[in-house]
Amino acid sequence: MGRLSVDLCGITLDNPVIPASGTFGYGYEYAELYDINCLGTFSFKGTTKDPRFGNPTPRIAECTAGMINAVGLQNPGVEKVISEELPKLKKCFHKPVMANISGFGVEEYAYTCEKLDKEEQVGWLEVNVSCPNVHGGGMSFGTDPKAAAEVTKAVKAVTTKPVIVKLSPNVTDIVSIAKACEEAGADGISLINTMLGMRIDLKTRKPVIANKMGGFSGSAIFPVAVRMVYQVANAVNIPVVGMGGVSTAEDVIEMMLAGATAVEVGAANLVNPYICRDIIEQLPAVMDKYRINTLSEIIGGAK
Amino acid sequence: MKQSVFEIVSNKPLTDSVFQMVLQGDTTAITAPGQFVNLKLEGLYLRRPISVCDLNGDKLTIVYKAVGNGTVQMSRMQAGERLDVLTGLGNGYDLSLSGDNPVLLGGGVGVPPMYLLAKELLKQGKKVSVILGFNTKSEIFYEQEFKKLGCAVTVTTVDGSYGIKGFVTTALEAMDYSYFYTCGPEPMLKAVYKASATSGQMSFEKRMGCGFGACMGCSCKTLTGYKRICKEGPVMKKEEILWED
Repeated sequence: MGRLSVDLCGITLDNPVIPASGTFGYGYEYAELYDINCLGTFSFKGTTKDPRFGNPTPRIAECTAGMINAVGLQNPGVEKVISEELPKLKKCFHKPVMANISGFGVEEYAYTCEKLDKEEQVGWLEVNVSCPNVHGGGMSFGTDPKAAAEVTKAVKAVTTKPVIVKLSPNVTDIVSIAKACEEAGADGISLINTMLGMRIDLKTRKPVIANKMGGFSGSAIFPVAVRMVYQVANAVNIPVVGMGGVSTAEDVIEMMLAGATAVEVGAANLVNPYICRDIIEQLPAVMDKYRINTLSEIIGGAK
Repeated sequence: MKQSVFEIVSNKPLTDSVFQMVLQGDTTAITAPGQFVNLKLEGLYLRRPISVCDLNGDKLTIVYKAVGNGTVQMSRMQAGERLDVLTGLGNGYDLSLSGDNPVLLGGGVGVPPMYLLAKELLKQGKKVSVILGFNTKSEIFYEQEFKKLGCAVTVTTVDGSYGIKGFVTTALEAMDYSYFYTCGPEPMLKAVYKASATSGQMSFEKRMGCGFGACMGCSCKTLTGYKRICKEGPVMKKEEILWED
């Protein structure tokens, strides 16, 4: 184990830095820029049972220190992800990868996870429970402890790989949802997904985004993410993957002090495509500055 | 795609709101007219995508309209200042389909990408006609620049204050051409699509997140499948375009 390495659900990561789903495609766009094998791992584009075009455009709005997106889980569907995207991913990335899964019903989650469970390169299944449950009145699975637990159980039943449930911050009590997922068998929790946001164009007096609302991300949400990671990490006994506005090596360390075992970087990749490589390179110097010997020793260090 | 730091050589107004910025840096990733660059501006989160207007060795020219926070900030920048730029983005125009006498139609800030395209087509010995469309006389820019290259230039204004009164399609009707290339606002692209007698290529604009294919923020449907404006576009062939409304 090196200075930067951490153990995430039984798999060693060379470092805790993980590009977040939806900001890194299937890796190969970034592999044109740098050797992405320097990453701990990455979470690939959210995959659903069926192909999805996603939402109408505009899907993007800018904010102070952040952005809103309403892409709507555009992806080619799990069959094509396996037959077309994963072979391309394998050529440029040689470590276990995190498969990000979404669904609009419990059976859909289970179907997609079962397919991806058979893929050798998939190390972890990161299950995004922020999607609306079309059979449950459209409310997000992630806003109801029972629904989140139901998805967790259904997924655990079809895979032997570690299941990390990715939580939405758009809830009153995130701890109760995290605990429900842990009790249902989750091997880890990742948080936070984007915060629900909106922008209005003063000239047209219309929402900037076609879908009206979207997910707010970027450095502006970092303090909210640190708070929620801290709350959840102190309430569960499974590893927590922290994310939300992370854009520097200092942010990674702060997230880990809050209780994160590994740290995802999202929107920052879209602005500086080299950001994850840069953070990994800068981590040793920042650790020296704060007299940190190994990263694994600081997890949850903030009391 | 390449990320590098460019230094501003000059930044001057062409009209009340349109500016020309010349940047010096590593331009090697730029491979075709119609590609764009993505600029990081101080204090703004997302980069600003701007099409390439001209390229001379390590000098890159962009022409932009100061309309929002980003472009207004750009218009105030001075020679000597530095910018973090992603270059070589998008597919660009395919010159191989032009035929002998292509026509290039640019509307407003859709004019700039036509410049490098005209230059490259002329280099290949093509006879290039250019139609530049503006709302009114005071908004006109680059007419002389295209003439200096050796293009046959027609200017149209909506209010008739200069050149032919009407739209670029008004001038197109009277023309004989082998192929068309165009860039401009979407209503203009639609009009060119309908009025054109030949095949051609059009460059589209959409709000982007990253500009290099990672975020799926600028996707569109085409007759040949889903495409990302920033990656498989911004240039589309007439035959593959699917108008969404």
